[in-house]
Amino acid sequence: MSDLTRRRLMLGSSALGIGGVLGGCELIESGPRRSGLYGLSDTLTLATQRFLLRDQPLVREFGREAISAVFPAINTTDPDNPDYRRSKAAEFSDWRLPVSGLVERPAAFTLAELRAMPARTQVTLHSCEQGWSAIGGWTGVSLSHVLASVGLKPEARFIVIRAVDGWWDSYDLFDALHPQTILAYGMNGGDLPVAHGAPVRLRVERQLGYKSLKYLASIEATDRVDGLGQGRGSMVSEMGFSWYAGI
Amino acid sequence: MTNAMTARVEKAVPRHPLWVRLTHWVNTGAFLALLVSGFAILLALPRLFWGETGANDALAWIVLPLPVNLEQTGWGRNLHFLAAWIFVLNGVLYGLVALASGHFLRRLTPERDQLHPRHIAADIRAHLRLTGSGAAGAGRYNVLQKLAYLAVILVLAPVMLLSGLTMSPGVTAAYPELFTLFGGRQSARTIHFLSAVLFVGFLLIHLWQVLANGPLDLMRGMITGRSARPKSGPAPSEEDPR
Repeated sequence: MSDLTRRRLMLGSSALGIGGVLGGCELIESGPRRSGLYGLSDTLTLATQRFLLRDQPLVREFGREAISAVFPAINTTDPDNPDYRRSKAAEFSDWRLPVSGLVERPAAFTLAELRAMPARTQVTLHSCEQGWSAIGGWTGVSLSHVLASVGLKPEARFIVIRAVDGWWDSYDLFDALHPQTILAYGMNGGDLPVAHGAPVRLRVERQLGYKSLKYLASIEATDRVDGLGQGRGSMVSEMGFSWYAGI
Repeated sequence: MTNAMTARVEKAVPRHPLWVRLTHWVNTGAFLALLVSGFAILLALPRLFWGETGANDALAWIVLPLPVNLEQTGWGRNLHFLAAWIFVLNGVLYGLVALASGHFLRRLTPERDQLHPRHIAADIRAHLRLTGSGAAGAGRYNVLQKLAYLAVILVLAPVMLLSGLTMSPGVTAAYPELFTLFGGRQSARTIHFLSAVLFVGFLLIHLWQVLANGPLDLMRGMITGRSARPKSGPAPSEEDPR
């Protein structure tokens, strides 16, 4: 069943849905661990949403006129990191995004190389766990395209993403390969501002804002995340938030 | 066993079946957890908006006089969603048994005579006298009580659940109609809050009614299933619904 699931995951969006539901079992085996009643309620939420989203629907997209005049920038808004500051001064011309782990051809992409890939623009509602929401327009390349270009190995199950400011998170393929999961280098028609994660941030539209990491530093494909950090799958999980933030 | 004790045992009459008592107390716990955790979550942004968007920099419909606190969201959300699962699953169980057993029709649906305007007016007067509406002694729930229960079960709880789900980016990806239903994510958040206020209002009236109508016996009835007062009291007249 596992091999069939894996192949289906590679095939396309409708098959991806089936793979995602079956993949729920693998999530429990090798995914982030949280014990107790909150772990139970997280699992119930994840399983229910995986079922509801089995056909991989897209989230709503708005016209440009819906873009919010003010889009809050929270947490890190200008990383205090020497490498980052140097890179920012050079307009990110020396910036590289390494993609490694369970891939056939590890690579490090420049901003220009990402911009040369097929672009997607989506105007979407950003929902923060603090309660606010704002509409922003994001332009970038889909993560699935980047992963396909380096050849994701069949045993890959999770994509681990790290940011310049020390944030890190992980995503299973159900969300990582969704068409609206993009590496965004543009916002509202211009370059991505520093406050919003320049040069490249992640957009994971079916989850809360804290899953859409800013200031991307590296991408790694893995077969499990229970060995990373405290085994909870992300930095914010270690601070008490749910790894899966679809609710 | 003394005669007195025998007499007391014989006087105790069945009040609530086991499934009502279980779901009532499970619901009580889940509700209190939802209330406390919902308040904790609200503190991160004690401002309410209408429409899709809203944030600190945007014009709010209402700014609640609460201290902003960003540190309570983590545990607040964990407890809120755990309690919400319990609230929903318990509510579904209650609804199914209530339908199947005829509880909805027998106990909660107002009877024809109760819907007569004069009866309703008399029932309102009885409540306003503040001396107890006679809920405990009556052979049936009074009409205001029935209407309150039905409004909570059929309207308020579903609105609460759906407006909560409208704040979930995962659920709305599957059902974008929810945004249409409530008029946007921030509108859903505002309606979720207003529903919570109504829920608290219901809770306060519920507690007042218990306190005003023999609280010890009512608690005994909801815990053990039996209470001392006769289940079928004197038939309520048109003038005195008690």
